[in-house]
Amino acid sequence: MAILTEEQARALLTKALSYSKAEQCEVNLSGGDSSNIRYARNSVSTSGGISRNSLVVSSAFGKKLGTATINEFDDASLEKAVRRSEELAQLAPENPEFMPFLGPQNYGAPTPTFVQSTADITPKQRADMVQQSLQVAKDSKLTAAGFLESSAGFSAIMNSKGLFAYNTATDINFSVTMRTADGKGSGYATKAFNDVGKMDTLAFSKVAARKASGSVNTKALEPGKYTVILEPAAGIVLLEQLYGGLDARSADEGRSFLSKAGGKTRWGEKLVDERVNIYSDPANPELPTSRWNGDGRVQEKISWIEKGVVKNLFYSRYWAQKKGVKATPGPDGIIMEGGTQSLEDLVKGTEKGILVTRLWYIRPVDPQTLLYTGLTRDGTFYIENGQIKFPVKNFRFNESPVIMLNNLEALGKTERTVSGESGQNALIPPMKIRDFTFSSLSDAV
Amino acid sequence: MIAILGNQYSTALKRKDFLYLTGMGMGAAMLQGFPVMGSPVPHDTVLQPVDAAIKKRMADVALNAAKSKGATYADVRIGRYLNQSVSTRENRVQNIASAESYGMGVRVLANGCWGFAATDKLDTDSIAKTAVQAVAIAKENSRLLNEPVQLAPQKGYGEVSWKTPIEKNAFEIPVKDKVDLLLAANNVALKAGATYISNNLFMVNEQKYFASTEGSYIDQDIHRLWPTFTLTKTDAKTGGFETRNSLSAPVGMGFEYLIPDEKEKIQGIFPIYKKRYDMLEDVRIGTAQLDEKLKAKPVEPGKYDLILDPTNLFLTIHESVGHPTELDRVLGYEANFAGTSFLTLDKWESKKFKFGSKLVNIVGDKTQPGSLGAVGYDDEGVKCGNWDIIKDGVLVNYQATRDQAHILGLPASQGCCYAQTWSDVQFQRMPNVNLQPGKAPLKVAEMIKNTEKGLYMFGRNSYSIDQQRYNFQFSSQLCYEIRNGQITGMVKGATYQANTQEFWNSCSAICDESDFRMGGSFFDGKGQPSQVSAVSHGCSTTKFDKVNVINTLRKLG
Repeated sequence: MAILTEEQARALLTKALSYSKAEQCEVNLSGGDSSNIRYARNSVSTSGGISRNSLVVSSAFGKKLGTATINEFDDASLEKAVRRSEELAQLAPENPEFMPFLGPQNYGAPTPTFVQSTADITPKQRADMVQQSLQVAKDSKLTAAGFLESSAGFSAIMNSKGLFAYNTATDINFSVTMRTADGKGSGYATKAFNDVGKMDTLAFSKVAARKASGSVNTKALEPGKYTVILEPAAGIVLLEQLYGGLDARSADEGRSFLSKAGGKTRWGEKLVDERVNIYSDPANPELPTSRWNGDGRVQEKISWIEKGVVKNLFYSRYWAQKKGVKATPGPDGIIMEGGTQSLEDLVKGTEKGILVTRLWYIRPVDPQTLLYTGLTRDGTFYIENGQIKFPVKNFRFNESPVIMLNNLEALGKTERTVSGESGQNALIPPMKIRDFTFSSLSDAV
Repeated sequence: MIAILGNQYSTALKRKDFLYLTGMGMGAAMLQGFPVMGSPVPHDTVLQPVDAAIKKRMADVALNAAKSKGATYADVRIGRYLNQSVSTRENRVQNIASAESYGMGVRVLANGCWGFAATDKLDTDSIAKTAVQAVAIAKENSRLLNEPVQLAPQKGYGEVSWKTPIEKNAFEIPVKDKVDLLLAANNVALKAGATYISNNLFMVNEQKYFASTEGSYIDQDIHRLWPTFTLTKTDAKTGGFETRNSLSAPVGMGFEYLIPDEKEKIQGIFPIYKKRYDMLEDVRIGTAQLDEKLKAKPVEPGKYDLILDPTNLFLTIHESVGHPTELDRVLGYEANFAGTSFLTLDKWESKKFKFGSKLVNIVGDKTQPGSLGAVGYDDEGVKCGNWDIIKDGVLVNYQATRDQAHILGLPASQGCCYAQTWSDVQFQRMPNVNLQPGKAPLKVAEMIKNTEKGLYMFGRNSYSIDQQRYNFQFSSQLCYEIRNGQITGMVKGATYQANTQEFWNSCSAICDESDFRMGGSFFDGKGQPSQVSAVSHGCSTTKFDKVNVINTLRKLG
């Protein structure tokens, strides 16, 4: 199904609501088309085109809520979904945490999340973009594995209290891993944009190729504490554990790294280095995101960590009401302020250190200290006297993003990057960190 | 890899979707975390599978359309995927959600290249158009192809069917009974002193129909169930807290798994469960163990003999044996995402690569009753069986699909093809990968008695492994210290870090068949776009000598 216009979405949602007999009813509608090409061993492997839509009906009687989902939108199906959500609601026990749906909100001007040229990409364009990447691999005698996906979609919400919101968005994401024929070197690049015009698969593939060729014949360094420069794609996977963990309820309930003795929290306290500023802004031109979230709350520009201090926590509507505070929703697009130095400048200013392209298999170890483990991957290099000297064997680390941001040396220029773990995009600077804890070596390339 | 969401649920769901969905309540978000989005199932209605004759007619439309456009091979999967979840915390139900998704995926070979397209519009025109689109994609992409796909021979089975051997269909159990069970368990936890409990039940029914141009028409009805809770106890004085997850397993069973049976319990230092689970008992014991966890002393880092209960070892098997023996990883098809493998083809060809000690025998299995991997036929119409992967410690085989079998010189596929729904293309996925029990009689008590300095671990917790599966790190829900053949008490912060080959070569004892149990994951993630699959791993309690253990306790400012 093509993207529904705002008026088409409004008409469909109005019709769905017209079947409602519940005290309150809210309907979320989303859909779109996505197409991808996957390649490996310098050859296309699988690919496909998928068109999917979904309509979620939430019906409530008192504090009893039922939810039903459907992917067919004829009148009978819409009515069936509404009836079934009502049936489930009548069966559900009362939930004391149920919050009445929101009334109309003022969302402000739409953000530039949708780019027509991205929605218009043809199968030939995608194949050509992949061909450029494959050509880099063949020219450099490397083996490429990669993935290119473009999508265009819409989302809308309407409820019986008069709330309505609508948004469209496009996305093109690309990632590639180049490996040497002997399997001793590997390099990686990943990028995502709303605008296909910014996606240069040739240039990004060359970065991966350079790292692959440069990472053969590694030397093994002793595990221990090192100064590291984390490229944005490496830093994001640890930072997202920090800004994704700013949940007020778990902090208040005593089960978060933000919890303190006596039932207190670290809200309002200095948590990390004072040069750390993390905020979200739906209107940021490099990373535009929706003006509203899944339950219809307004997404505004909001500061999360300011000069190292925990400035805001995010809340469910229930918890905010219980605490008598504003129900700030969790962020979509995160921006971490950086400096003016390029990655190369950061390397030049480093006496001894390790440059990290990517961190992988990030998993929690201790939620009380936000300690995470994972490994370096696809391009890890030793720096001495401002120069990259040689590639090094990959390490396992055990580190907390909180400790890491207290050991901050310098920040470079912020850029849009993609988390290889969550798929989430953010604007993140390269970070120079001292005393980063590598706990063992890995033979993996 | 097993992906992660929230505290313990792992899915392939992208975080950006997750953030969007959290506004809709955790229950709905969790349900969306299932690999299915679709229309609702009335809570107490049992949906009978669509008549096979109707599906055969639809399948033939797609197969004929693909062939007429020049496909040399085509298969069709018509699937109805049903999910139900009940989510609770403390004394309340957070969500009850049900979903159904019905549609068709068509995969073709044209110009030697794969093409795939999927639709949820199942009229004759839409089906034919989808098949034509799949052929068009294959032809467009064939210019990026190095060598044509080679399929292992596969005979058509004609019209056949298979059903998970369940005793009680979980979708037929009234919602109220499920809610009552979870809330009763929560009540036990709160009375026993837990500060919080979240308790969830997930149920899956895949009604899937496969047809191919080779003459198979396979109708299958697959069931899965997963009860799981997390207990939390906070310490207001210190600001610290501890959690303990259930020691249940996700299973390829019906609601019978939740009916306790003393015969299916092993009475060790506390009861643990085989083919039946006792949720109320596990909650009660788990809450008491939280007090021990809060008081436990930090582990002294160093080398320990590890005694790993299957509730912990299953995940280590999954990550360090299951994934590196996936042939698509070995060949490089996952190089850009999940990674490659240290078990390269030359090691297999040498016929003497010592993966583990002589005691280590590991099989690929798609038939074990009650397991998540058990099906009659895989998602490309291959009848399932089992085979050796590691034999007496030596690497002897991998896990393969039809288009990979020729690389190993196999006469047929091993039946390892799976797609998470009708709308995803099928590819190589892990079968159950099981460590065979020891042949000589051996009980856990004896293993403990024979251990001078050891740690005895239960339950899955933190897990991480590199992209070629050499270096791993795991922790547990419960860790007991052993000194001179005696359990001396619980320790905290204990995490084992090892190299896969060294670890399996340090395997010194495996308990016998009577201790054999299965653990598993509902959400093993692989591929781009990422898909999840469910897989079990069976083993008995096993001992590994002198493994490196670190202490991961830290302090924040």
